[in-house]
Amino acid sequence: MKPILIPIVLLFAPAMALAATAEERGLDIAKEIEVRDSGFHDFKATMSMLLRNKHGEESLRDMRNQTLEVDNDGDKTLVVFDEPRDVKGTALLSFSHKMGDDDQWLYLPALKRVKRIASRNKSGPFMGSEFAYEDISSQEVEKYTYKFIDEGEHEGIPSFILERYPVDPNSGYTRQQVWVDKERYIALKIDYYDRKNSPLKTLVFRDYRQYLDQYWRADEMYMENHQTGKSTLLTWKQYEFRSGLDDGDFNKNSLKRAR
Amino acid sequence: MKAWRWVLLLIPGLLSAGEWSGFIELQGRYFPQQAQDRDQSGQLVSIVLQPEYYQRWDKDKQSLLFIPFLRWDSEDDERTHGDIRELIWTYAGDGWETRAGIGKVFWGVTEALHLVDVINQTDLVENPDGEQKLGQPMFKLSLEQTWGILDLYALPGFRERTYPGEAGRLRTHPHVDTDQATYQSDREERHIGLALRWSHFIGDWDIGLAHFNGTNRDPLLIPDLNNRGEVVLIPFYEQMHQTSLDLQATKGDWLWKMELLHRSIDSGSYNAVTGGFEFTLVGIADSDMDLGLLGEYLYDDRGDDASTPFENDLFIGLRLTANDVEGSELLAGVIKDLDDDGWMFNLEASRRIGNDWKTSAQIRLWSDIPVDDPLYAFHRDDYLEFTLTRFF
Repeated sequence: MKPILIPIVLLFAPAMALAATAEERGLDIAKEIEVRDSGFHDFKATMSMLLRNKHGEESLRDMRNQTLEVDNDGDKTLVVFDEPRDVKGTALLSFSHKMGDDDQWLYLPALKRVKRIASRNKSGPFMGSEFAYEDISSQEVEKYTYKFIDEGEHEGIPSFILERYPVDPNSGYTRQQVWVDKERYIALKIDYYDRKNSPLKTLVFRDYRQYLDQYWRADEMYMENHQTGKSTLLTWKQYEFRSGLDDGDFNKNSLKRAR
Repeated sequence: MKAWRWVLLLIPGLLSAGEWSGFIELQGRYFPQQAQDRDQSGQLVSIVLQPEYYQRWDKDKQSLLFIPFLRWDSEDDERTHGDIRELIWTYAGDGWETRAGIGKVFWGVTEALHLVDVINQTDLVENPDGEQKLGQPMFKLSLEQTWGILDLYALPGFRERTYPGEAGRLRTHPHVDTDQATYQSDREERHIGLALRWSHFIGDWDIGLAHFNGTNRDPLLIPDLNNRGEVVLIPFYEQMHQTSLDLQATKGDWLWKMELLHRSIDSGSYNAVTGGFEFTLVGIADSDMDLGLLGEYLYDDRGDDASTPFENDLFIGLRLTANDVEGSELLAGVIKDLDDDGWMFNLEASRRIGNDWKTSAQIRLWSDIPVDDPLYAFHRDDYLEFTLTRFF
């Protein structure tokens, strides 16, 4: 069969490529990004945010992040705050979902209270920073529709340029333009457009490092708000992949223990 | 188990150093109205020191938390007090957890009143809202399974509620004499309480079902004479069974909440419920600010005989979250008694300054409270509070 089949495939292949619409090409790239980043199982890392306003005044946020990959759904994440001091020990548990609202619980250590919170607010500032919750939560293919725009370069790296459109009506954006490294399939830069389709923010990923010979993570994510002149530099440190986390590390009890 | 045995378990951890943090706080309160009693002061200055020691070891499976608390108050000797808020050892197993020591536990979902929260005694001298709690001695075993979390508590030892002294505001008339407290149980404060709670979440729903058997944290206040022949109120602590349910549905921008309980005590069994909603308007007026609208109904089937003032009341509130760098927040609300003209107003606001400082303000007003309402004791105690906190 094989000798016959291959010519048939070859015959149809060029036609299929031509038939691929910009939407299909965009979706294929998004799927490839996800495929290459799946199977990491879990990781731990520290996050520090340097917030700067247009007068140059700075403020610091320190957190620790634990993430567990969930098959066929969004990741589970536990974030514990260390700075500023008044929120030290406060922790956020999120079960993100491919479709619909995420499940989120906030732990307030002074009262020992675990509060289930409304997660529909994806677009608000995360801890007063220029990152919205939707910018740093689990990036699932299903959360956007896509369109391939062009090929180009970001800082000399050959890139695909895609647009993606949030499916969730509560998103703060109409669209995002993403520069994707053609070779490594990782985001290099994202331009965010607000609900009125005006340029809002730009996120640049810097100093990518590869973990377990597969998973690329940027040491720095620099978000600049063009409308307010504020910026946030998010620095990731002490990445530890496959650190032995499991489901038991992501429940209301572990949220209270986290600190 | 004898106490020294689990103290021995702690030693390996104590050999390696943990971390200290905590805060120091300066508080001022001003009462604009003339007090009901000449002995009561018109303003106060107060200082709190609450250090915190935390250490973990054994691959983070074991930890020790120690939080002593000290308050000095310029006016009220009863408000000048100390407590061990927490001194607790935790062991986190695979699918289970155990804790032993002095700890703090919170149950519930509603905002106006924490009805089902029963493990810890209220440190009432701290704030009339009753949210500050005294440390409770406990052994806890917790099972974390696919069907939810089951917590089992043994509570050896009981803490008496704190009450303001004669010079303090926000107190009953006559004042409560805590030195003469009496108990229904012959074992008095050594009676061992037991509690059990199952909690779980299914999709948008969070549910908690609990039973508590032990000394009622809410005493009856019985008029009697003290050794100087003055009329005082003496706390009487009964035994009780409490069965409770707390429920929250999280539907988009809406939170639907309910707490329900049945209490059996010799002085009269009763049912009570608190329930309502919180609706959040995200990014109001094209800003980063969120505005929450809260409404809750508070009911107690003892009616006017209830020891709580909230027997048929409506709470309406606003929560403004600025989402700014300073984490500015404001919560304002009114609780209105539906049977008479009485209402109370409450405002709490806070804002961070830099990384280590925080300021907060509080206003509480009581208005048109009828003489037979428990809140009548506070009807001249409207106050304005300002706090400055330094975290370290």
